[in-house]
Amino acid sequence: MANPIEQFTIRPLVEINLGGIDATFTNAGAFMLLTVASVTLFLTLSMRGRALVPGRWQSMAELSYEFIAGLLRDNVGSEGRRFFPFVFTLFMFILFANMLGLMPYSFTITSHIIVTFILAMVVFIGVTVVGLLRHGVKFFSYFVPSGVPMAVLPLMIPIEIISYLSRPISLSVRLFANMTAGHIMMKVFAGFVIPLGIFGGWAPLGVDVLLVGFEFLVAFLQAYVFTVLTCLYLHDAIHLH
Amino acid sequence: MRIANKAMVVGLLAATLTTPASLAMAAGGGLPQLDLSTYSSQAIWLVISFIALYALMNSIALPRIGEVLEERQNRIDDNLSKAENLKAQADAAIETYEKSLLDARTKAFDAIREVKDKAATEAHDRQSKLTAELGEKIKQAESEISKAKIEALSGIEAVAIDVASAAIAKLINEPANENSVSSAVSSALKNRT
Repeated sequence: MANPIEQFTIRPLVEINLGGIDATFTNAGAFMLLTVASVTLFLTLSMRGRALVPGRWQSMAELSYEFIAGLLRDNVGSEGRRFFPFVFTLFMFILFANMLGLMPYSFTITSHIIVTFILAMVVFIGVTVVGLLRHGVKFFSYFVPSGVPMAVLPLMIPIEIISYLSRPISLSVRLFANMTAGHIMMKVFAGFVIPLGIFGGWAPLGVDVLLVGFEFLVAFLQAYVFTVLTCLYLHDAIHLH
Repeated sequence: MRIANKAMVVGLLAATLTTPASLAMAAGGGLPQLDLSTYSSQAIWLVISFIALYALMNSIALPRIGEVLEERQNRIDDNLSKAENLKAQADAAIETYEKSLLDARTKAFDAIREVKDKAATEAHDRQSKLTAELGEKIKQAESEISKAKIEALSGIEAVAIDVASAAIAKLINEPANENSVSSAVSSALKNRT
């Protein structure tokens, strides 16, 4: 029977060494490039017609554009327009990585904590830099909650700082854990199908069918959550509460 | 063999559903996600692919979609303003039409009234003229009648005097006194009329 965590194995494809640092092109790297290629092909091929009245594919591309633009407008405001390319890239990258991971025999790059952590750190550092550039030293007033009695401040400020610093951890672990757990669940139930035989095997198969549908929902939802939280963090950095 | 398989599967399920540590043990090598030796290559390829995707989105995909959306919005706005323009024109045309219709109607009414008034005054004039003419004719006829009557009456006086003198002469066999007869007749006639 297949090992349910075998699907997360990193397999080297082309050994590359950059001055002592291992930069091997692996199946993870391949799926990253595949994600980039899929997003790019989807958005360029669907917009090739530049039709005034969009077809199905063009509608999907426009919908994703307007979805993220609306998200930024609602959560960040007009200042968020500058970050649109980044937020859009982030959303499409995670969404397509999650979706491609659901294809049989594929690899899910977002099921690796290092990947989600780097994405979360990019967001975290980027948001902090935006806040510092915009407000200077005043940015640190973000950690002082307004309308709180002076006596509680020594307690509140460390809590605020810890909750701020834990953002990249919660952001990355949420995506990683959701993708990993979902894929393990699917594999575990799939592993029951053949051993339980012609009569018993239908039950785990049915569960797996439901799980696949559920995982498509999770794949979208986690990309959405990651993007929404990025927008909220951007809002905090720009408006300070 | 099948029973052994099932036992293994159940055990594996139990292991996977408890903790990552037991999961790692069951896998016999630890979670691949926790293998630090793969981190550098994943990080490098992630950075490369994310930057590549950002560049592609920023320079090609997003401007293209934005252009199409903007073009569509412009087209819609353009059509809307055109439609508004046409509607304004139609409204103006309707207004002028209604105004001219109203003008024509009042003009027609005026003309009708004028004609009516003219006809009425003419009829009135003609009637009064006719009435006057008829009155004159009546007056003339009346005067003629009275003249004829007077003539007739004066003729009657002479005849009556003659008749009376003749009758007197016959009755008393002597010629009547002319003067007394004529005065008697005229007074008798005067009493009659």
